[in-house]
Amino acid sequence: MSFVSIRLPSAGSEVIDRARPVTFSWNGKKLKAFTGDTIASAILANGDHIFGRSMKYHRPRGVLTADFWDPNLFVQVDDEPNVRAAHRLVENGMKVTSQNVWPSLKYDVKAANGLVGRFLTAGFYYKTFMKPAKLWPAYERILARFAPGGEVDLDTPHGYYDKRYAHPDVVVAGAGPAGLAAAIAAARAGASVMLVEHEHQVGGHLLWGSDDDRAAAAGMLTDARNLGVEILTNSTVTGRYEDNWLGILQRNHHIAEERLIKARAKMLIVAGGLIERPYVFAGNDIPGVMTSGAVRRLITMYGIKPGTRAVVLTANESGDAAVADLERAGVEIAEVVDGRTGAFVRSAEGSGRGTNHRLSAVTLSDGTKIDADLLVTAVGWTAPTSLLNMSGDRPVYDPAAARFFPGKTPDNVLATGGMVGDGTHDQLVAHGAATGTLAAGRAAVVQHRLQAATARAAAVDGPEPDYPEDLRTPLGRDPHPALFRSTTHGMVDYSEDVSSKDLFGAAAEGFDSVELIKRFTTATMGPSQGKLETVNTVAVLAEARGETIAEVGTTVWRPPYAPITLGALGGRVFEPVRVSSIQSYHESKGATPILAGQWIRPEHYDDPQAEVTNTRTNVGITDVTPLGKLDLKGPDVPKLLSLLYTNKWMQLPIGGVRYGIMCAEDGVVLDDGVTARLGDEHYLMTTTSSGAGGVWNWIENWLQTEHPDWQVHVTPVTTGFTSINVAGPNSRKLMGRVVAGVDLSNEAFPYMNVRTGTVAGVDDCVMWRIGFTGELSYEIQVPAGYGLHVWEALLADGKDLGIAPFGLEAQRVMRLEKGHFIVGQDTDGLSKAPTTGMTGLLKLDKDDWTGMPEVKWALEGDYPHIVAIQPTDPNCVPEEACQILRGPESNEIVGRITSSRYSPTLNRSICLGQLSPEFAEAGTELTVLLVNGERVTAKVMKHHAHFDPEGERLRG
Amino acid sequence: MLLVPCPNCGPRSSQDLTYGGESHSRPDPKTATPEEWRTYLYLRDNPSGWLVETWYCSSGCRRWFKLERHTLTGELRDPILPGSKTGVASDEATNIQGGTK
Ligand SMILES: [Zn+2]
Repeated sequence: MSFVSIRLPSAGSEVIDRARPVTFSWNGKKLKAFTGDTIASAILANGDHIFGRSMKYHRPRGVLTADFWDPNLFVQVDDEPNVRAAHRLVENGMKVTSQNVWPSLKYDVKAANGLVGRFLTAGFYYKTFMKPAKLWPAYERILARFAPGGEVDLDTPHGYYDKRYAHPDVVVAGAGPAGLAAAIAAARAGASVMLVEHEHQVGGHLLWGSDDDRAAAAGMLTDARNLGVEILTNSTVTGRYEDNWLGILQRNHHIAEERLIKARAKMLIVAGGLIERPYVFAGNDIPGVMTSGAVRRLITMYGIKPGTRAVVLTANESGDAAVADLERAGVEIAEVVDGRTGAFVRSAEGSGRGTNHRLSAVTLSDGTKIDADLLVTAVGWTAPTSLLNMSGDRPVYDPAAARFFPGKTPDNVLATGGMVGDGTHDQLVAHGAATGTLAAGRAAVVQHRLQAATARAAAVDGPEPDYPEDLRTPLGRDPHPALFRSTTHGMVDYSEDVSSKDLFGAAAEGFDSVELIKRFTTATMGPSQGKLETVNTVAVLAEARGETIAEVGTTVWRPPYAPITLGALGGRVFEPVRVSSIQSYHESKGATPILAGQWIRPEHYDDPQAEVTNTRTNVGITDVTPLGKLDLKGPDVPKLLSLLYTNKWMQLPIGGVRYGIMCAEDGVVLDDGVTARLGDEHYLMTTTSSGAGGVWNWIENWLQTEHPDWQVHVTPVTTGFTSINVAGPNSRKLMGRVVAGVDLSNEAFPYMNVRTGTVAGVDDCVMWRIGFTGELSYEIQVPAGYGLHVWEALLADGKDLGIAPFGLEAQRVMRLEKGHFIVGQDTDGLSKAPTTGMTGLLKLDKDDWTGMPEVKWALEGDYPHIVAIQPTDPNCVPEEACQILRGPESNEIVGRITSSRYSPTLNRSICLGQLSPEFAEAGTELTVLLVNGERVTAKVMKHHAHFDPEGERLRG
Repeated sequence: MLLVPCPNCGPRSSQDLTYGGESHSRPDPKTATPEEWRTYLYLRDNPSGWLVETWYCSSGCRRWFKLERHTLTGELRDPILPGSKTGVASDEATNIQGGTK
């Protein structure tokens, strides 16, 4: 049978704008539709009714529910796969194609799958493709070709996705009559309200009801707008977490493709309405079988005539209304089967090939066979209690009403509308309004408590209001026949191709828990998230096991309510980027940037090897601002330092600088750095760049929890200072030109000392004689506002001294030449302090320091050693993390390279590595396994420092 | 996401704070046996019910504090700063959003 769906004459009820035509393409054909059409209504209006093929059996599929949850209408739009055709609005120029079809919708090769469908029973993939494991790559290739979904275009441009934080008093999820009434009442009572509706219009079922219904929806929309309710259409409350932390996916944002709103609502009202259940019978997925909601939406909102000759199975008002709608649309009613009298539909059959395949006949429970191209079912409802489940509620089955109802929700979550009962329009609106008023009252109490708990200086207005009790008049429950499955087997989960027969089979195999059956058969696990399938799954399982639905219970709906794109979850990252005050210079010189934690740093300006050589020959300056800096004041600072560092700190003189290693309580190296004593009770601590934040938290923890009696004040000053390292043989000469008020001679200002003075006219600069590079060097902490000025002054005054800036890479090469380890690179999460080789700094005679017991026990046993290593071939630079093996023939790992570079100073490759103690002796011959599989020899060096092990240069 | 009652700042989203884990005391490092020290390092009670735990108000006042959390219901009560004798609401859960306080 060939069928052409046609557009009905214009009616006031429709949401399409016939004055604004739209052109789009569908599988290559140019088609016309109207603004406001969904992709589904636009395609139907052009006479096509098959949208794609099912995932497992490749059965042709058409409209089932014609809304967001329709499992049969996933299409590809341009480069975007898995678009919901009955939800996404059609746009000019859209290129829409069908999915799961090869080579075309009309001739699908894999539809052969449908013929052998009875062999592809539940668990087929698990059972068939289990063994042998070595065949998995072959299985994977075959299965991937059958995998559902559209095409991912790897060249898709980046979209813009945003995030927002919101703190509304009341969030209402669902904008049907009850939700609208709730939002209006809450706003009238003074609450700030967000109303979230996943369809494109508010009104819920009023949209496909009577003219009076639509007028009521429009009136409530106006009221809500006038009251300042924030109305988010085409948006979904995707999840509810502790204390009403809500995820709201906004799809209608004017700039962002999607925006994830993270809302802390004082009250949540769930008004998700009811979702119509499909009926399970043989042929229930043949195109032309639809729910009553689908035909009512298509006729009333989109002016689509959904068929020519219909059988209607109705067990409720929605089915009765569908009969009237179909008659109005000129569809011949062949038969009305009243489910309330015990009649039902036994099976359906289709005819026609390819894209012409459609329902042709319906067999009723009495055996009568009726020709029809449309079968409408109205067999009952599912309350989408997903958000209530996430609030801890477990729904309860009411056999008289043949649906689940909410159980008990927490105080800050209320439900209203069809989800909690039945009623006339006025009763639903009254219940919604009462819910809105109750929510606003409770939100006011929550607001008062929040203010009282937060305000320390400001007084809270008045006494706490009384907490409003729930005195709402409950909605009634209409009786409804229990119609789930016919006497034949049909689809339960359309998107996963799971039939009632599969569920019977799984039950026979011994699966007795609905949660296990769900995972075994994958029923309810498709993109509808069980909205259409869960209750039918439970009902079929109950039937298979001879139990009641209440006994079987239901599965728990978890977040998200509807699938969320990864773009929305990734979205905008609220992560600051940090730069030093010298950044404009680095950029102007075209320095190659490198991201180090949150910092952007210059990796190198030109050739890093030349930067090393110039620094060792003349003088260089480098920006080390990210270095962590903590200002410590108070009489008990020495006690704190003694606790944090492994070495001794009680005797550090004013002007002195000392290096220290910090351990965590498990003895593992946490951080290292130098600390200077600037004054009597004033110290400046430096930490590694990456450790700056963590060390601050660490110190606060010790001061606040273990030693609250110690008088120490900690101020992080990392960004308060711009840090410049001046290094090289000419550095003292250069400093002499810019520094005032400090004697720079080696006697007055020796190595490991600190002075405060004026640099390039800037007062209060802290100068340290320390040397990560191994050269004579001064680290200057400049008050940050003057950082660029001092940097430029150094460059100007050092011209004749051969000054040049150097970047992070040159710094790393020079530190490796000196054999300084880097915490987190040469050490790892298992490296206890002795591994560093600095055993002289581990003072076990102190009363206490963090990690001391573990370090003590570590020293008594074996531990890996950090050693300097040089490959025999001076031009071979083993990559960092290369393994060191027991011998040339062995595969046993005895260590690894932790740092490696080519040294321009020594003209050879140099490394640091961690080694088992038996291999750590100087002179030991090592076997290093390169990334390419080659084995090379290397030697353990006597000193950590490859260059100037005596340290004469930095002391000079 | 939990609304955690900082004794200084009031209720804040847990992402504004850093979780410090189950509260436990530190043995004397001079005399602790390996077993005692490693119990302190690694072993936690992880009860089903009320648990005393530490939090750090890392994006707020930067104070470490203790509170009790019910690991089953998520209720929080008795936020207390180190050195204080009593918490803010010492006998009842700080149930900001609930019907009872
Ligand atoms: Zn705080």
